[in-house]
Amino acid sequence: MLADKDRIFTNVYGFQPWTLQAARARGDWDNTKALLELGQDKIIDVVKASGLRGRGGAGFPTGTKWGFMPKEPKADRPNFLVINADESEPGSCKDREIIRHDPHKLIEGALVAGFAMRARAAYIYIRGEYIREAETLFAAVAEAYEAGLVGKNACGSGYDFDVFVHRGAGAYICGEETAMLESLEGKKGQPRLKPPFPAGAGLYGCPTTVNNVESIAVAPTILRRGAEWFSSFGAENNKGTKLFQISGHVNKPCVVEEAMSISFRELIETHCGGIRGGWDNLLAVIPGGSSVPLVPAAQIMDCAMDFDGLKAVGSGLGTAAIIVMDKSTDVVRAISRISYFYKHESCGQCTPCREGTGWMWRVMERLRTGEADIGEIDMLQQVTKQVEGHSICALGDAAAWPIQGLIKHFRPELERRIRERGGDLAPMQEAAE
Amino acid sequence: MADAPTIPDEAEVRARWGAFAWSEDSQRKAAEIMGRYPAGRQQSASIPLLDLAQRQVGAETKTQGWLPVPVIEFVARQIGVPYMRVYEVATFYTMFNLAPVGRYHVQVCGTTPCVLAGSDDVFAACKNHGLSKGRTTPDGLFTLTEVECMGNCSNAPMMQINDDNFEDLDYDSTTRVLEVLARGETPKAGSQTGRRSSEPAGGPTSLTAMVNENHDYRGEWNTAHAG
Repeated sequence: MLADKDRIFTNVYGFQPWTLQAARARGDWDNTKALLELGQDKIIDVVKASGLRGRGGAGFPTGTKWGFMPKEPKADRPNFLVINADESEPGSCKDREIIRHDPHKLIEGALVAGFAMRARAAYIYIRGEYIREAETLFAAVAEAYEAGLVGKNACGSGYDFDVFVHRGAGAYICGEETAMLESLEGKKGQPRLKPPFPAGAGLYGCPTTVNNVESIAVAPTILRRGAEWFSSFGAENNKGTKLFQISGHVNKPCVVEEAMSISFRELIETHCGGIRGGWDNLLAVIPGGSSVPLVPAAQIMDCAMDFDGLKAVGSGLGTAAIIVMDKSTDVVRAISRISYFYKHESCGQCTPCREGTGWMWRVMERLRTGEADIGEIDMLQQVTKQVEGHSICALGDAAAWPIQGLIKHFRPELERRIRERGGDLAPMQEAAE
Repeated sequence: MADAPTIPDEAEVRARWGAFAWSEDSQRKAAEIMGRYPAGRQQSASIPLLDLAQRQVGAETKTQGWLPVPVIEFVARQIGVPYMRVYEVATFYTMFNLAPVGRYHVQVCGTTPCVLAGSDDVFAACKNHGLSKGRTTPDGLFTLTEVECMGNCSNAPMMQINDDNFEDLDYDSTTRVLEVLARGETPKAGSQTGRRSSEPAGGPTSLTAMVNENHDYRGEWNTAHAG
């Protein structure tokens, strides 16, 4: 188990106040000026050396991303940092804990990261439903301004840096970085075509980097404790500590910070009190939020919970939102509900996603009740392949993958339902031309 | 979004809301919101201003508020963009109500992690309390909406009522929350099983020193760590 002294988010459960005074006593905002004095390039080098990969799902190396920003921003085109707090992926609930219990880690991270990428300001885009969380964040930012930690001459460094909080209003798609920029500009959250990438033309047409809350909030601690400390956790290419969020059929669901690459079994046994009904009762796990394919019990039990370990079992780490399903689960319903989610959240811009998500959900419902024809399983598989990769953003892919995972691992269950409804197991007859 | 209700009768709505303007409190908040965005980028304020307007409508009607067409037009004038640019925002985002709702907007999460943890029981409790999805109760107290993942998955199942979350629900605690609200009282928000937040039930498995004191771990940083 990760030692408590090596946890970054020490107030993750909120037993202590989130306020500036309490955060300072825990070590936040401790001589931040000295961190900035390392210089922009050195900060980026340390973050690169730490092996930190983006915590929002895609896992892109954070330091490398910061390095894409222009080194000499023009006066009329300042650099911007946008922090993605639009946590809406089913299963994910980590950024909420950072924002409501440790907001100063995020604000200090915003300054350090914003300084490193030569940004003029940070916008923190928080999902609209996090109402109380946003209240805390607004108050924490006000405290930081009051104390001179951000704003003009932030921390006495001579660098001017503003931090703004922007609330969304309920749209999963705004977690996609270019949709987030559209939403910040006051428009519908419909993703932009890339290129141009945000680092070239992002918010208001200016160079912009979009980072997840957790990626930003860990940066000051990495700089204080050094790249070697952070990279001493986790397997090669999967370094650091990570907030895992466990929901579903474990005895004690929770959010917990652990070392990357911890095995699924150790994580569940150490922090979640085991699987409900014991390990023999485990059916399947969705290891990285609703977008990734499920993994059957036998493959996940001793799997390393990191980017590469989960890729090897045909899934992904995503946001490390682990949804556990025991044998009492109606697994077809579980995935069908995810399909409904994507139907609800499709922004409507690209036809394959807009039409496909609704179509896939309706067929999933037919498979759930067993009224489908046996040929519809293959037809559904084909349609997921036609949605996947054919939309501007990854929402189409995210809608397709859970269904593909279900068909791959639970085809006999789908066939059983059709058979029990009296359906014909022979392929559907196609009309003669 | 696809299930957006039709907008209520125009003439009546116009008569009621045609003269909508910021209250003194809203005026101050609106100015603060506009200050967050660079000059010439006032359109960025569309979402916060719609939210502010919906809250003011709510305060004036003693409900959770909604966005009548004249109010959307007002917001468009405030940020200097055509009505359609703001209308499409109001219809795109689920938190904007396009029809009136009750005093308590009960939003129950129905996405998979909550389903696994028993959101069916939460819906059953709502139903047996007289609530039905997409409707407001005849007394104008409760509107029930099934919403998508609210990001409280380790405390599932959950519902959001107005600005507060109620977590770790079951049939009985859901009923209790609704009963307390119906009496005009304020139920305790957060976990309904006594958890502080998202720690494991029964007490944290890590960071136990933080429970009783604001522990500073920096003194232990230099000792060899167990990876």
